Amino acid sequence: MQKLLAWFDDRFPLTKVWKEHLAEYYAPKNFNFWYYFGSLALLALVIQILTGIFLTMHYKPDTGLAFASVEYIMRDVDWGWLIRYMHSTGASMFFIVIYLHMFRALLYGSFKGPRELLWIIGMVLYVALMAEAFMGYLLPWGNMSYWGAQVIISLFDAVPLIGPPLAEWVRGDFVISDATLNRFFAFHVVAIPLVLVGLVFVHIVALHKVGSNNPDGVEIKKKKGPDGIPLDGIPFHPYYTVKDTVGVAVFLMVFSAAMFFAPEMGGWFLEHDNFVPANILQTPPDIKPLWYFTPYYSILRANTVNFLWIPAKLWGVTFMGLAIVLFFFLPWLDRSPVKSIRYRGWMYKTALAIFAVNFVILGYLGTKSPQDVSLLLFKNVYWAQIGTILYFAFFLLMPLYTWLDKTKPVPDRVTFK
Amino acid sequence: MSEEGVDPRRRRLLAITTGLGLVGSVYAAVPFVASMAPSARARAAGAPVEVDISKLELGQLLTEEWRGKPVWILRRTPEMLKLLPQVEPQLVDPKSEVTDQQPAYAKNPTRSLKPEIMIVVGICTHLGCSPDKRLAAGPASGLGEDWPGGFFCPCHGSKFDLAGRVFKNVPAPRNLVVPPHMYLSDTRILIGEDKNKGAA
Repeated sequence: MQKLLAWFDDRFPLTKVWKEHLAEYYAPKNFNFWYYFGSLALLALVIQILTGIFLTMHYKPDTGLAFASVEYIMRDVDWGWLIRYMHSTGASMFFIVIYLHMFRALLYGSFKGPRELLWIIGMVLYVALMAEAFMGYLLPWGNMSYWGAQVIISLFDAVPLIGPPLAEWVRGDFVISDATLNRFFAFHVVAIPLVLVGLVFVHIVALHKVGSNNPDGVEIKKKKGPDGIPLDGIPFHPYYTVKDTVGVAVFLMVFSAAMFFAPEMGGWFLEHDNFVPANILQTPPDIKPLWYFTPYYSILRANTVNFLWIPAKLWGVTFMGLAIVLFFFLPWLDRSPVKSIRYRGWMYKTALAIFAVNFVILGYLGTKSPQDVSLLLFKNVYWAQIGTILYFAFFLLMPLYTWLDKTKPVPDRVTFK
Repeated sequence: MSEEGVDPRRRRLLAITTGLGLVGSVYAAVPFVASMAPSARARAAGAPVEVDISKLELGQLLTEEWRGKPVWILRRTPEMLKLLPQVEPQLVDPKSEVTDQQPAYAKNPTRSLKPEIMIVVGICTHLGCSPDKRLAAGPASGLGEDWPGGFFCPCHGSKFDLAGRVFKNVPAPRNLVVPPHMYLSDTRILIGEDKNKGAA
C-alpha cells in the first residue's frame, strides 16, 4: 500500500493535495451552525449534476416532445419520479443553502479583506447558478416555463439600441421556440455546469489561500504556534469532515421530507401552471418566477414610473441588474474596521436585520399580483416600492453607517467554550 | 517584471503575434455567435400569413398566429369606434407618435387601414404577456364602471383601448404593435407584408 502511494506521489501530488486541502488545512476551531452551508452547497451541486445526468437520458429537448418526455419520466421510467423530484427539490434546496451561505458572509464579514476575491468568485457563482436555474426552468416546456422565459428574455428588449436584435439572438427566433428550448438545454446541461464546477474549484482554491473566516472575524493566521500552525486552527480533516457529516445528515432529512411529502411545496418548488403544456396563445393569469428569483422580480415590477425620458421598463431592468451588481461591491462599501457582527454596533445589526426581512418580503410580494393587497393597507406594488428603496439603502448608505457605527474591541484569539 | 536581458525586437514580435492571435480569435468566434441568430428555417417561418375575414362578425375578434405571436383582428362596431376619440385624454400616445409601433399607414385615429378593422399583435409591450380581451365596456368587464372596453394584461395590469393604445399609469410603455399588413381583396388580409417594403 505504501509502495503504491509512493508510486502515485512520484507522478501526481496526491499526498500533497490531501494534506494542503484536508488533513493540514487549518480551519478556525470556532465554526458554528452557519458554517455548514459551504459544504452543503457542494453537496447540492453534486446532487443536481448526478440527477441531471440521469434525467438527460430520458428527456427530449424538442417543443413537440419535451412536456410529454417529462411526464414519461414521471410515470413510465422506473424510479424516474424520484430522480426528477430530487432534481426539482434539489434546485430549491440549492438556493436555500446558497442564500444562507451568503447571509453567513454578511453576518461575519467574510466578504471583507483579505477575502474580497473569494466573495467576488462566490457572486459570479451565484449569477451562474441563477442562469442555470432559469434555463433549466424552460426545459419541462410547461406554460409557466414558456411565459416566464418570454418575460425574462423580453427584458433584453429594454436595452437601448441593440435590444430587439439582442433578444432575437438569445432566442434564436422571433419568439421563444424550439431553437430557444434546444439552446437552453445545451447551456443547462453542458455549458453552465462546466462553468459552475470550474468556479467552485477556483472558489475553494481562493478560500484555502486566504483561510476561512470565523464567527469572531479574527484572522487565526496572525497567532501561530512554534510549529507554524495557527493556534486556533484545527485540521479540516477529520474535525470538520466529521462535523459536516452531521450537517449532511440533517440536510438530507429535510431534503427527503420535502421530496417525499411535498415535492411541489404548494406551488413554491413546482408551480401549478407548469403542469399544463406551453401555450403560446394563452398567458397564465399570473406570471411569476420560482421563489428564489422573486425578490428581484419584485424590484423589476416596482418601477412603474417613466422618469428622465427613460421608460419604466428600462428602469426596472436597470434596478434589477443593480440589485445583483451591488453585492459585488460589498467589500468596498463596508467601511467598518471589524468583520463580525459580534463586534459591530447597532447600526449594522439593524441594517442587516432590515435587509434580511425586506429580502423575504420582496420575495413574497414577487409571487403576488402587484395590484392586489396581500399585506396591510396598500397594494403590493407600493410595498414593493418601499422594499426596493430599503434594499438599495442597505448598500448605498453602507459606507456611512458602517463608518459611524461604534464597534466593540475585537479579541486577539477566537472565543471558544 | 524585469526587463533585463530582453531582446526588444523579439518582445515586439511577441506582442504583434499575440495581437494577431487575438484578432484571429475574434474572427473564429464569428460563426459561433452567428449560429445563434434565427436560422433560415426560423426566418422562413416568419413569412406573411394570409387571413380571410369574410366571416368576421361585428364586434368579433379573430386570433391568428404570425411569427409565433398572436395577431388580433377585430371588427369594431360603430359604438366602439365612437369611443376611440373619447378615451384619448387617458392615453399615453393617442396620436401614435412612436413610429416603431405601427407602419406609417396605421398612424391615424383608428390605427388601421380601414377604420372598422383593427389589426394588432396581441403581445403586451411591457414584458410580452398576451393581454385578455375585455371588449365589453362597464362593470361586466370586471375592471370597474368606467372601463371603456379594450384589453387588460393580467400579468402586470397594463390596459389598452380598442385601437391597442396604452392607457396612462400602467407598466407598459408603448401602444401595441400594428404589424405590417395589406388587403389583398376586401376580405383577405396579408399579415407580415405591405405594399411599401415587402416582407417585414
